[in-house]
Amino acid sequence: MNVEIAGVGIHPFGRFEGVTNTDMGVHAVRCALAEAGDPPFQAAFCGTAYGGVASGHKVLGAIAKTGVPIVDVEAGCASGGAALQLAAGAIRAGQYECALVFGVEKMPKGIIRSSFFEPWREEGGLAATPAYFALRAQRLLREAGLTKDHLAHVVVKNRRHGVHNPNAMFRKEVTVDEVLASRVVSEPLHLWMLCSPNEGAAAVVLRRGSGSGVTLASARLRSHLPGSVLGEATPLAGIDDADITPPSTLAVDDAYAEAGIGPDDVDVVECQDTDAARELLAYQELRLCAPGDQAKVLVERGDTINPSGGLLSKGEPLGASGLGQVVELVHQLRGEAGPRQVENARVGLAHTVGRGANACCVIVTR
Amino acid sequence: MKAIHDGLFDLNDDGTIDLVGGYSPGSGHYHFPLLDTCPYSGATDIERVTLSRAGALWAWTAVTAAPPGYEGPVPYGFGVVELTRERLHIVTRLVESDPGRLEFGQPMTLVADSLPGEVVTWAFR
Repeated sequence: MNVEIAGVGIHPFGRFEGVTNTDMGVHAVRCALAEAGDPPFQAAFCGTAYGGVASGHKVLGAIAKTGVPIVDVEAGCASGGAALQLAAGAIRAGQYECALVFGVEKMPKGIIRSSFFEPWREEGGLAATPAYFALRAQRLLREAGLTKDHLAHVVVKNRRHGVHNPNAMFRKEVTVDEVLASRVVSEPLHLWMLCSPNEGAAAVVLRRGSGSGVTLASARLRSHLPGSVLGEATPLAGIDDADITPPSTLAVDDAYAEAGIGPDDVDVVECQDTDAARELLAYQELRLCAPGDQAKVLVERGDTINPSGGLLSKGEPLGASGLGQVVELVHQLRGEAGPRQVENARVGLAHTVGRGANACCVIVTR
Repeated sequence: MKAIHDGLFDLNDDGTIDLVGGYSPGSGHYHFPLLDTCPYSGATDIERVTLSRAGALWAWTAVTAAPPGYEGPVPYGFGVVELTRERLHIVTRLVESDPGRLEFGQPMTLVADSLPGEVVTWAFR
């Protein structure tokens, strides 16, 4: 059964004093429903990690759209993708004809504090999230033969894309030298190589059928296999992880299989660039290149990866970020992305991965 | 002096510590901290083991600003050490807080490290 994306909406990502999750969610949901022709929907799924109890109910309550089942979904950075998978699966199963999927988030400021860690781990200095990113970055640079310059080039590329995205938080181009001159947070990661946790909302209306021209070919969530010491599950110890398939690869393989396509068919990608190295790691995890060929991808098809500016330009509101990627891909497939437009984009891949571990891959086609 | 958390390590009379882990003969894997189930295979044939103190540096960085809930000194070293005998990768504080002074594979030894409030935790030097 075909599931189409009937409408999308987004509240800009940034910092908005005095604006609530509910306000942002209402904005995004109204846009998406209006694009879809304000259809009746039989269920709603809301992704959020820090939103608190009944975030989705608050949004739909504010526009008198309650009564349908509303499921609030937490899956870390993949919360929006998880919500999308639930909705798409229910439509495919014939349970609903139309479902509303949205994500809302107002992230705490500074280094993300997560209830994931026991208090003693924080006390011992073993819960510094950017430092885990740094260790992973160091291993990637070593194993893929990359340098800090490559990390800086990812930032330069995504910030260049972000200039043209009115929904992005940072809209100024930067240079390699400027990136490398920003302060070191945890070697080899400098401040500008890390995305900013922030606020935002995004919404997608899914419907049985194909009238809109944009199909949700697949949305697949996976968790981690045990063992990797630097995986998003952030254990205190791990075993030799060379043979352990990471959750992003598990998810993308499922998504490729469900959509009946392969990595060579993908025209445009929105991937998790929590930090610059995370984007480069995603290239191999999503099978866009063989391990170690990241530099080539960056040169040859960098302009088709994170055309929205990525999280490095938009910032990362966990519950909304994955759906924000889907909004971008839909604009790309419709040819509505303006100066960000990837020419002749027909197949889009969105990827989020984070705490849990959770990884979600979404494929949209036209 | 008190351990940062029960069960992570033995605090010896001479001030040294030994990390306490588990071994599953069925899976052949060591793990840390000690659990009643092998985190890699689900086997419940766990033997309590004292992990060796010697390893090699596998990844490292420094934390330059205090993360939430942490009141110790900054910067501090942070990394992963591979225990040579157990082939187990341990997330750890590092005594060396200057990443430029460390190298891949260099020998590391477990030491006791102190935090505010007379709290003892583990580190490698």
